[in-house]
Amino acid sequence: MEGNVYIPKPEEQLPSVDLEDSQGLLQWISSVDHKQIGILYLLMAVLYLLVGGLAALLIRTQLIVPENHFLSPQVYNQLFTMHGTTMIFFVLTPATLGFSVYMTPLMIGANEMAFPRLNAFGFWIAFFGGLLLYFSFLAGGAPDTGWFNYAPLNERAYASTPGVDYYCIGLLLGGIGTVGTAINLIVTILKMRMPGMQLRHLPVFVWMVLVTSFLILAAFPTLNAALSMLLLDRLWQAHFFAATAGGSALLWQHLFWAFGHPEVYILVLPAFGILSEVFQVYSRKPIFGYTFVVASGVAIALLAFGVWVHHMFATGQTNTFNAFFAASSMLIGIPTGVKVFNWLATLYGGSIRFTTSMLFALAFLVEFTIGGLSGVSFAVVPIDWQLTDTYYVVAHLHYVFVGGTLFGLLAGLFYWFPKLSGRMISERLGRWFFWLFTIGFNLTFFVQHFLGVIGLPRRVYTYPNLPYYGSLNLISTVGGFLMGAAVLFLLYILYQSIKRGEKAPDDPWDAYTLEWLTTSPPQLQNFGTVPPVRSFQPLRDLKQDLNKTKTA
Amino acid sequence: MMFLVIGTEAVFFLSLIVAFVYYSLASGFNPQATQQLSLATTGAFSVLLLSSSFTFWRAEVSYQRGQVGGLKGWLLATMALGGIFLLGQGWEYWHLFVRDFTISKGIFSTSFYTLTGFHVLHLLIGLIMLGVVFWLAVLGDFDRPNSLVIPTAGIYWHFVDAVWVLVFTVVYLFPHILYKPS
Repeated sequence: MEGNVYIPKPEEQLPSVDLEDSQGLLQWISSVDHKQIGILYLLMAVLYLLVGGLAALLIRTQLIVPENHFLSPQVYNQLFTMHGTTMIFFVLTPATLGFSVYMTPLMIGANEMAFPRLNAFGFWIAFFGGLLLYFSFLAGGAPDTGWFNYAPLNERAYASTPGVDYYCIGLLLGGIGTVGTAINLIVTILKMRMPGMQLRHLPVFVWMVLVTSFLILAAFPTLNAALSMLLLDRLWQAHFFAATAGGSALLWQHLFWAFGHPEVYILVLPAFGILSEVFQVYSRKPIFGYTFVVASGVAIALLAFGVWVHHMFATGQTNTFNAFFAASSMLIGIPTGVKVFNWLATLYGGSIRFTTSMLFALAFLVEFTIGGLSGVSFAVVPIDWQLTDTYYVVAHLHYVFVGGTLFGLLAGLFYWFPKLSGRMISERLGRWFFWLFTIGFNLTFFVQHFLGVIGLPRRVYTYPNLPYYGSLNLISTVGGFLMGAAVLFLLYILYQSIKRGEKAPDDPWDAYTLEWLTTSPPQLQNFGTVPPVRSFQPLRDLKQDLNKTKTA
Repeated sequence: MMFLVIGTEAVFFLSLIVAFVYYSLASGFNPQATQQLSLATTGAFSVLLLSSSFTFWRAEVSYQRGQVGGLKGWLLATMALGGIFLLGQGWEYWHLFVRDFTISKGIFSTSFYTLTGFHVLHLLIGLIMLGVVFWLAVLGDFDRPNSLVIPTAGIYWHFVDAVWVLVFTVVYLFPHILYKPS
C-alpha cells in the first residue's frame, strides 16, 4: 500500500551470543526480544501464583473450623506474609509488566523496546529477587511480619530469623527491576512510536502503561529507601525504626504507604487499560470519551500520592490530618467512577459479544465496584477505626486486587491469547473457567465482609467458636478451594489450547489496534511497514478504507 | 532517559532527607550530636565538589567544539575533584569513627551516615561512569561531537552535585544555625 511507514529492524540478541531461534532454553535466557521477555514475565507470574495460591489454601485450611491446630502460629504467620508479598510483588506486578512489555511496542508500531537489554535485566533481576525471597524458607524461616512489615515488629529484636532480611533484599531487587522496566516503557512510548503517531493516537492501554510507569518511578524509590533503612537497622544496628533508641515506628508506615497506596494504582491502571481495549472490541464501538478515560487515569495517578494516611487512621494522627486524607481518599473515587461510566457508555448500544474475555471484563465492573465502595467506606475515619485490621479489610483488598487487577488481566489473557500463542483458546472451557473462578472468588471473599463487621481480626492463626464465625469461614474456605481448582483448570485450558488449539488468524476478534495487524504470533520483527495512523484505532480505519474501496 | 533516572533517584533521596528532618524534629533528638560534624572542613570539600560541575561543563563545551584534548583534560579534572571530595568524606568518616561516632550511636548518626553514605555511593557510580567516558575518549569514540553520551553523563554528574547541596544544607548548615554551641 502506498504511504506505508517503514519500521527499523530490532536487535536480536546480546551482541556476543549467536543463536538460532530453535535453540530452546538458552535462546530464551539470552533473548532481548520484548515478546519473549513479556512471556517470561507472564510465566513468572504463573509460577509464583501457584506458590502464593498454595499458601492461601493452607491458610484457608487452617481457618476452616474454629480453634484448629492444622498449622502452628509461627507457620501461619510466615504463610500469610509470603502470600501477600508474593501476590503483589511477584504475581500481579510481573503479570502487568508482562502484558506491558509484550504489547506496548506492538501497539505503537515499533519493533522493539527502547532499551532491549535493560528490559532483559529488569525481568531477570526481579525473577531472582523472588527466588531470594523464597530462599528464606531454607535460611532459617520466611518473613513472618505481614506483607507491609510494620515496625518495630520488623526489627531484629522481634523478628529474629533472617526472613525479613530476605524480604528487604528480594523486594529491593524486584523494585530495581520494576523501575528499570518503567523507564524503558516510558522512553519506548515517547520515542519509539511509529512516525506519524501522535500521543492522542495511543491506544488507551498504552496510555495507562505510560501513566503507570510514571507512578512506578515516583513510588518505588520510597519503598527502596524504607527497605534500605530497615536493612541498615537489622544488619548494622542503625536506629531508624526502633523506638527504644529514639527511632520512629511511624516513619516506616509513612514511607511504606507513600509507596503502598500508589502501588495499588500501579497494579490496577494497566487493568483499566486492558478493559478499555476489551470493551471496545467486543461491543463493536470505539471507547466512549477517549479523552476522559485517559485524563481520569492521569488524575488517579496524581491523587494516588495524597491518600496514603488512610492506611494509618488508627495510629492517632490529628483530626486535621485525618480529615485531609479522608477527603482526598473520597476524591479519588471520582475519576474511578468516571471510568466506570465511560465503560458503561461504551457498552450502551453496542453489539456485544459474550466471549470469555468480555465476561471477565463485565464481571470486573461488578467486582471492582464492590471493592471500590468498600474502599470509600474506609475513607470515613470512624468506620475505619471500627473495621481496621478485621476481615473487612481482607475482603476489600481482595476485591480490588483480584476482582480488579486479576479479572482485568484474565480478560487480557483471553483477549490476547491468540496473538501470544498463535492458537485459539477454547471458548467453551473458558466460560466454564470463568464461572468456576468467579463463583469461587465471591464465595471466598464476600462473606469476609460480614466476618469483619462482626469483629474477626485478620492475621490471627485461629478464632474462637463464636456465632457465625465457623460457618462463614467454612463457606470462605470452600470458595477458596473452588478458586484453586479453577486456576488448575485454567492451566489445563492453556496447555490444551497450545497443544491442540486451532491455528489463530492474525485478527480473530476483528480488533482495532496495531498488534492485530501482524502475524499470530508475531515474528522477531513485528512489522516491516505499517500504514499511516490517523486515530487511536488504526486497524479499524484501515478496514473501513478497504471496505470503501471494495464498494466503490 | 537520564532525566527519568534522576527523577526517580530524587524521590529516593527525598525520602531519606524527609527521614532526616523527621528525626531532627522528634522529641528524642539530641542537638549535641550535630556538633560532631566539622562545618568548615566539609564546606571546603563541598566547594571542590561543586567546582567539578564547572569543570564538567567545560569538558562538555570542549567536546562540542571538537577539542578532544580539552575534553580529556577537563574530564580528568572533574574526576580529580570528585575523588578529592570522596577522600574528604572518607577522612570525615574516619574521624567520627575514631571518636566512636558510629551508625548505631543514635538516631542522628543513623540518619547522617545513611544519607551521606548513599550520596557517596552515587558519587562513586558517577566516578566510574566518568572513568568509562574518559576511557572511551582515549579510545577515540568522541572525536566527533555527535554522541549523546557526554551530555547524558553530565545530567547525572550535576544531579549528584545538586543532591549534595541539599544534603549539605540540611545536615551541616541548618543544625549549625539552629543549635549554636552553648
